Amino acid sequence: MAITRFARAGAVAAISALALTACATGGTDAPGASGDCAPSDGPVTLTFTSWLPGVEEAVAIWNDENPDIQVEVQTGPNGNGGTYQNFFNQLAAGNAPDLGQIEFDAMPNFRVQDGLENIAACEGILEAEDQFVGWTWSQVTFGEEDAVYAIPQDTGPMAMFYRADLFEAAGIAVPTTWEEYEAAAVQIREQGGYINNFSQSDINAFAGLVWQADGQWFSNDADGWTVDLTGAETTQVAEYWQGLIDNDLVAVYPPWTDEWNAAYNSSELWTWVSAVWGANTIASGAPDTAGNWAVAPMPQWEAGANAAGNWGGSTTAVLKGSDHPYEAAQFALWLNTDADALTAMNRTANIYPATIEGANLPVFGEGVEFYGGQNIYEVFAEAGANVNPDFTWGPTMTQVYNDVADGFSGAVSGNGTLLEALTAGQASTIAALKAASIPVKE
Amino acid sequence: MTESTDTRTLRTQGTKKPARDGGIRESAVSRTVAMAVMIVATLYFLTPLWWLLVASTKTRSDFTTTNPLWFADFALFDNVAALVTYRDGVFLQWLANSALYAGVGALLATLFAAMAGYAIAKYTFRGRETLFNVILGGVLVPATALALPLFLLFSQAGATNTIWAVLLPSLVSPFGVYLSRIYAAASVPDEIIEAARIDGAGEVRTFFTVATRLMAPALVTIFLFQFVAIWNNFFLPLIMLRDESLFPVTLGLYVWNTQVSQIPDIRALVVIGSLLSIIPLIVTFLALQRFWQSGLANGGLK
Repeated sequence: MAITRFARAGAVAAISALALTACATGGTDAPGASGDCAPSDGPVTLTFTSWLPGVEEAVAIWNDENPDIQVEVQTGPNGNGGTYQNFFNQLAAGNAPDLGQIEFDAMPNFRVQDGLENIAACEGILEAEDQFVGWTWSQVTFGEEDAVYAIPQDTGPMAMFYRADLFEAAGIAVPTTWEEYEAAAVQIREQGGYINNFSQSDINAFAGLVWQADGQWFSNDADGWTVDLTGAETTQVAEYWQGLIDNDLVAVYPPWTDEWNAAYNSSELWTWVSAVWGANTIASGAPDTAGNWAVAPMPQWEAGANAAGNWGGSTTAVLKGSDHPYEAAQFALWLNTDADALTAMNRTANIYPATIEGANLPVFGEGVEFYGGQNIYEVFAEAGANVNPDFTWGPTMTQVYNDVADGFSGAVSGNGTLLEALTAGQASTIAALKAASIPVKE
Repeated sequence: MTESTDTRTLRTQGTKKPARDGGIRESAVSRTVAMAVMIVATLYFLTPLWWLLVASTKTRSDFTTTNPLWFADFALFDNVAALVTYRDGVFLQWLANSALYAGVGALLATLFAAMAGYAIAKYTFRGRETLFNVILGGVLVPATALALPLFLLFSQAGATNTIWAVLLPSLVSPFGVYLSRIYAAASVPDEIIEAARIDGAGEVRTFFTVATRLMAPALVTIFLFQFVAIWNNFFLPLIMLRDESLFPVTLGLYVWNTQVSQIPDIRALVVIGSLLSIIPLIVTFLALQRFWQSGLANGGLK
């Protein structure tokens, strides 16, 4: 007993030191050397960690067709729920899976910690660029030459879900600009409802709104990262929503809760500006409103424009240290381009593919009953094509989300403003980058 | 249950007598206040459970549309059926895993703790107090803080993502050693051990046939504590396990809960799963509390 205790205490000390060194080396951003990518000899088994429900079905199709490249599925909670931390632990311990699901907003984090294999040299990878929706590809190359660090899997193009029946009955035109949206909000408030709910904790949804407004939170070059959570576009978006909050024109229920669902179900909330996957959220949370919803493009900052934002989406990355990058890359490409695989993942996990062709899958060609028979996916496909390709995520998004969410939840209860929360987030993000030894420009 | 009422009557009778001398009014006030505090505390702890119970009986649409603290259409059995058939009944596998980790883990942890505590209490050897203090120090180290180092150690041994990764770390219980030592010192008289030795019993036999019986109430306590600790342990499996078929029920439900934005319907399964996952804990507690309480009472008398 005593010996194990002592041994363990020693191990704790040793490993804490190790963890510190691991963090310290995270800062160096080695250029993506695209070496060779040769097939392995003989049959291989790949491990693939993904939290997509039912991804095994798509993988089973691959395993049947490729007896020499078998893929084993491992699972866990969603990325920020623990799987990213597990990846980093495994990378440190040298037993990371060959392939992992990584969301777009977490990619830079893995890149600066050198957790990703560059698969650009693998057969067919560079040529696959044309198959994917434009903006997704720049997210997996980081704009580097001869570099591909993951294959885009799914996206979350944003649009406006709205209660067609309520708008029609009240004689309010469906807003096409944010100005009209605010005017509609006033009219809806007079009817006792709210046009929308301002989500205090979905900072990535807020980022989608900034993305639509052509804002940028992060950029990087040879000298390091630039953080800009309070740029002109972000300020515009923040002040717009702050105005709605101040004038009691939007509700401020904590999102994803029962009361939030109930507010949609009881027709108190009239719209939700959200991503394509939100279609199921409403259908599940507000069953009594079936058939009364419709989808329109996001309101615009300039009349007649067609900018869209994106909320969510992930990639399949080959993690550093994989013994079989060639086979892993082939699987990742197949998983995210093959029609059968995409159909299976859509059926089990509601994913919306990142490929251009994916929008034409039969499942997206039909009207949806919950939305009055409208083919809502046409709207989302168009939105996906209008997403700004140059939006860049930072290397510490989990921290950014947490810090800004703290400020936002204060702001919705009258404690500070959204802009102040972003200003505080700006400072804490720069501090976090410095603490992780990531070069940052001030 | 009856025993606990008995003790309570005994205690109130005991306090009543001096109260008569001191002043009844104060005692009534303080008793009312104490009662009120306890009622509030009880409500505080039971309301979430009540919510869970009510929510588990609802259909998916009633779940968001009806009063969260009262019943609507009764669909408990449909929900249970949906839960145990979802993904080929993986939930039942998780329950079985939890039972394995918590049952075997707590049993062995109790055994080791009892042996260690007994040895420290009854044998004199060099470094005894140092040994005990070091073990006691282990009580202060939270299990969560050890999870990551353990992961790296198990990675070295190539044993992550196996049953052992969760089971082995569960076998140590510094608190159990502490309790065993205290209890063995108080409830196993040296004379009995002497007598056993004179009768020709070896040390191991003395421990198993004599000491463990006398220590039984403490052992039940250790078992219960460790069972609950392992059953509720979430962080270690989160870090260690990747294979869905090895998950304990806590981790499995957590994983489902993070998928709610992708599959909103899964929420109902998380709710009913949470209810089912606490039943084994309640059963274990009710089954063992008789031994536990009588043990505490006996300990108090000595």
